[in-house]
Parts: sequence; C-alpha cells; structure tokens
Amino acid sequence: MARALINVPAKAKRGEIVEVKVLISHPMETGFRMGPDGKFIQREILKSFACTYDGEAVFSADLHPAMSANPFFAFNMVASQSGVVTFSWTDDKDQTQVQTAKIDVE
Amino acid sequence: MRDDMHTTPGATRRAVLTGAAASAALIAAAPYAWSTTAEMDAAIKAFTGGAPMKEGGVKVDIPILLESGHSVPTIVSVESPMTAADHVKTVALFNEKNPLPQVAEFHFTPKSGRAWVSTRIRLSDSQRVVAVAKMSDDSFRMGWIEVIVTLPACAEEPR
Repeated sequence: MARALINVPAKAKRGEIVEVKVLISHPMETGFRMGPDGKFIQREILKSFACTYDGEAVFSADLHPAMSANPFFAFNMVASQSGVVTFSWTDDKDQTQVQTAKIDVE
Repeated sequence: MRDDMHTTPGATRRAVLTGAAASAALIAAAPYAWSTTAEMDAAIKAFTGGAPMKEGGVKVDIPILLESGHSVPTIVSVESPMTAADHVKTVALFNEKNPLPQVAEFHFTPKSGRAWVSTRIRLSDSQRVVAVAKMSDDSFRMGWIEVIVTLPACAEEPR
C-alpha cells in the first residue's frame, strides 16, 4: 500500500519506557480541496492506526482529515518482554497495511 | 470563567473571541460551512456525553506562531500514573475553525507507559486547539492552546 518508516529501539531494559516512532506515506486527501475542474477532490484518508505488542494493545488512533499528509506518530511503550511490535493502518476503503518490528528486552 | 466557556456557548465566548473577529469575518465568506465554536462544542459533547470536564492535567504543546498550517507539530500529554487502576483511556483533539471540528482520537493503555503522543496536524486558521482526556474512571479532563497560523492549510482554496 504505502511505504512506512518505523523506529523501535532494537534493545531495551525490562520495564523501560521506550519511544516508538512511525511515519507512513499517504496523501490524506481531505475531501475539502477543489481540483482544477472546480469539483471537490474525493476524500481519501487513513482512518485508523493501531500498535500492538505481542498481541496486547499499546496505542491506537482514529484519524480525521485534519491529520497531516504522511501521518506521523511518536508514542511510548513499556518494554516488558522480547517480542514483536505490530503496526497497522486502515484506510477509507477498509484496506489494511500491517508491518512489524522486533524488540529485544534484557 | 474558563469552565463556563466550554459548557455554555454564548456571549461569554464571543467576548473572549473578539480578538479573532477579523479572521471570523473571513471565514463567514468561505464557500462551505466551516466549523464554528458551537460545532466544536457539539463535537466535544458528543465525545464526553455531556459529562463535566475538569481543566488541568492535559497539555497541548504546539508552537504558538506557525508559519504553515499544513503540518503542525503537536504534542499532547496527560498527567497520569498509567497503572491498570488509574490510566488515560482516550485523548480526543478538537479544533475551532477547520472544516471538521475533530482532529483525532488517541487511545492509550497501561502498556503505553505514558499518556503522550507527538503527531502532525492541519490547521486552517489561527484558532484554539482543545484536548479532552477520558480517564479510566470515566471522568474527563481538558486542556487547550491558542495558536496563530500565518499560512493556513487549505490556502489553495477560493475564499
């Protein structure tokens, strides 16, 4: 669907609060802009984002057209065990893109 | 007075906003319905279900003077221990003058560690941005910031 940049620290201490950064390439067309023909360009946005850590919800967001193009999020997560962090984005057409990252907890 | 401002729309708020009167006149001339303060109030009420909000503990961090409204760095944080018993469930972000009053809703869990998020939003004009936090005991807290935008998002549209 789109290119995503994900930044999860490769290593963390047990119980440490780490910062996770994600950015995905998406125009986030608002539906309020006019094209050259004077008609409104159809709305096309990512409507939700979710992050899970070994299946447990960490952070999620419901998005509206007021989110900038190429939605970026930085948020925190408690590094409790080595595992897989999963990120998913869902657009207006209910298409979902899923990406994962690994974190090693000592 | 601040508390009244968010619960009872009317003359009090208008008095507060007289400083923004000039830009409000511009908005009235826009080709479609821009969200007004009343619309933001309605959106906040839809989120809280009309429950009372306490001001404080919620911080919206945006540079006060913005060159462009297309990508506004925004940090929202809520003071909370983020334990299973006492944490922030959701933080909803609202604005006054964009075409839609909602910006985003952020959902946290105790796994988040901190009720903190940094993101980028669009602002169509100088306006107030409000964050409302829903706590785990279903109480609501709010915080807000007033920002000046010199080049609004949607600037390419006819006005």
